[in-house]
Amino acid sequence: MEKDNKKVCDEIVRRSGVNPRKCMKCGKCSGTCPAYDEMEYHPHQFVYMVETGDIEPLLKSKSIYRCLTCFACVDRCPRGVEPAKLIEAVRLEAVRAQGNNHLKPDQIPELLDEDMPQQAIVSALRKYTK
Amino acid sequence: MKASYFPGCTLKTKAKDLDIYARKCAEVLGVTLEEIDNWQCCGGVFTTSNDELATKLSSVRALIHASKKNQPLVSVCSGCHNVLKQTNAMMKDQTIDASSRVNNYIAPDSYNGETEVLHYLELLRDKIGFDKIKEKVVSPLTGKKIAAYYGCLLLRPGKVMAMDDVENPSIIEDLISALGAEPVKYAYRNECCGGYIALESSGLAKAKSQKVVENAKEKGAEMIITACPLCLYNLKKNGADISIVYFTELLAQALGIKE
Repeated sequence: MEKDNKKVCDEIVRRSGVNPRKCMKCGKCSGTCPAYDEMEYHPHQFVYMVETGDIEPLLKSKSIYRCLTCFACVDRCPRGVEPAKLIEAVRLEAVRAQGNNHLKPDQIPELLDEDMPQQAIVSALRKYTK
Repeated sequence: MKASYFPGCTLKTKAKDLDIYARKCAEVLGVTLEEIDNWQCCGGVFTTSNDELATKLSSVRALIHASKKNQPLVSVCSGCHNVLKQTNAMMKDQTIDASSRVNNYIAPDSYNGETEVLHYLELLRDKIGFDKIKEKVVSPLTGKKIAAYYGCLLLRPGKVMAMDDVENPSIIEDLISALGAEPVKYAYRNECCGGYIALESSGLAKAKSQKVVENAKEKGAEMIITACPLCLYNLKKNGADISIVYFTELLAQALGIKE
């Protein structure tokens, strides 16, 4: 059964505590984002697309796994929109679906080197899996 | 003074120097760090979503432990500290239902953000005082040009972390000055190193980390200090040709604890 996009977006807004309507589309969030170059959709586009119910492209995009949760956009948004919280809520919508974990524990050993801190592994698992 | 201490997973393994020297220096400065029994991993990153609660319970338990002992909760790792402080703010916030739902689950315990959560740097600045530290320095690092790397998790989100000015911090520079060295300020000191993206996109982590190191070197830094094991890893891994160490190592050196 297809999910109603409007309902999904309402749920994302509720879960994130973000009000996308506060956005004045200045683009500062994307301008300050360290992962900008590797994102198909950028932070300001997340805000606009959730506001307009255009959620499916975001759920399918690898962009949701590129946000580093560095909170630069949260602190630098002149309108207090806090885009990272919205991106997090979209990511959770994706990974909470059955079988949709982005990173599986058995993939990890090949990604490691001997100096990699545990912090990197637990952080990635927390962000990429339900 | 006694404080509850949350070391975190990485300080027990890859970042032992961050942990060992933090404890030794605290003793010299008159603070006993009491490690919480059976602490559980903070998860590395705080999940901002209001309905994500189970993953925050380990932090809530650490906060309750400190509150029962009427002690502040101290951590050194930027990641742990960020998660603990944000979780504490969530438990304090009565405008969302996260706190009441967690309290239903942890009953008969009850917790509403009473614990004072301190980063080790805040302990040094606010409880001990940089002037006191200066008095205890036996091997001043005179003439050394040292750059502080804050990264993202130590300062942001600013309204929750409330440690320092988010865009123009000074806490680590003030520590460097207290130890007799010369702090080097540079633009990229509070920009992200790439963090955990190192697992999936080492190229992005490399690009971000190299910018930080290059910028610090341009400003004359001979050394970079950090509080975060993941920052240290990313900066070192991506070809830094100046030394990158934990701030606790530098403190220990100036206090005469470390060679």
